[in-house]
Amino acid sequence: MTTTVTAPVDTPLVIGGRTFRSRLMVGTGKYRDNEIMGRALEASGAEIVTVAVRRVDLDRRKAEGILFHLDPEQYFLLANTAGCYSAEEAVRYARLAREAGFNNFLKLEVIGDRETLLPDTAGLLEATRALVADGFQVMAYTSDDLITALRLEDLGVAAVMPLASPIGSGLGLVNPYGVRTIKRRVSVPVIVDAGVGTASDACVTMEQGVDGILMNTAIAEATDPVAMGAAMRLAVEAGRLAYLAGRMPRREIAVPSSPTTGMLG
Amino acid sequence: MTKAAGAGAAPATAERITIRLNGEPRVATRGPVLHLLHTLDLDPRMVVVELNRTIVRRQALQETLIHEGDEIELVHFVGGG
Repeated sequence: MTTTVTAPVDTPLVIGGRTFRSRLMVGTGKYRDNEIMGRALEASGAEIVTVAVRRVDLDRRKAEGILFHLDPEQYFLLANTAGCYSAEEAVRYARLAREAGFNNFLKLEVIGDRETLLPDTAGLLEATRALVADGFQVMAYTSDDLITALRLEDLGVAAVMPLASPIGSGLGLVNPYGVRTIKRRVSVPVIVDAGVGTASDACVTMEQGVDGILMNTAIAEATDPVAMGAAMRLAVEAGRLAYLAGRMPRREIAVPSSPTTGMLG
Repeated sequence: MTKAAGAGAAPATAERITIRLNGEPRVATRGPVLHLLHTLDLDPRMVVVELNRTIVRRQALQETLIHEGDEIELVHFVGGG
């Protein structure tokens, strides 16, 4: 008789009616070069990759739309509204992104402060209202505030995306309680977005029971982005599996692992 | 609105106009937006065009004409998180 190792059966990740195979989503910014980016994305196993909308550089032309380096058949392109500081601006960018013709999903960001890049949650709700009415599947980058998450769900977002810590900070999950609370209270997928610094951060984040993680800098700014992409894939899988497995209780006293009986007299 | 002859072709009597392109003043030829993209050596499938704050659908790039003083934004996807 053979022994088979069976992992707990996971439910598929469904966002806005679409099923995705990876719980790790990655950004495409800040890579040293496009070749490394391509290999890092591949190593991460990500299916959803984010892109930003910017003016074409008319002086350098041909150079450097990301689509020259990213196969839209291989990846699900998720446009963001990074850099937008008002609901109106974010809605404008969103519509331009949708016109590119890939899908109607959007990672909505409305930034409220240039130093911390923390979300303007009032602007976020305003933009969400307009974009959901316009047929977008909105994945809303938000703070770890439960009330905002609940309002976003009421407005019909496809996913709530609380931060682990500020964008590009690499500080890891600073408020696991807040993220757990959001996960417990909303029924749409919760994808933690921003702040993860290394694999242990990703693992701990997934252990909170969230549905996925989106990261960019942790991979792009690693000394070896390809290796970090692979590390993140394993960390997200390990964290998810540990969550499903159910961790042991925390105790402030030791409990022996070996029998306390049968000791020599 | 008049339609130009070939795809993206400039009208026979090329009229020079000044537009604002991606925030900068620029001399262009009055005619279809598609012609402007060709002039700039841009693939229409790789850019999205906004004319005076309104998106120009890809299938309308030929029939939509640019005029003196128009504000045009040409955007595309770049790396981002």
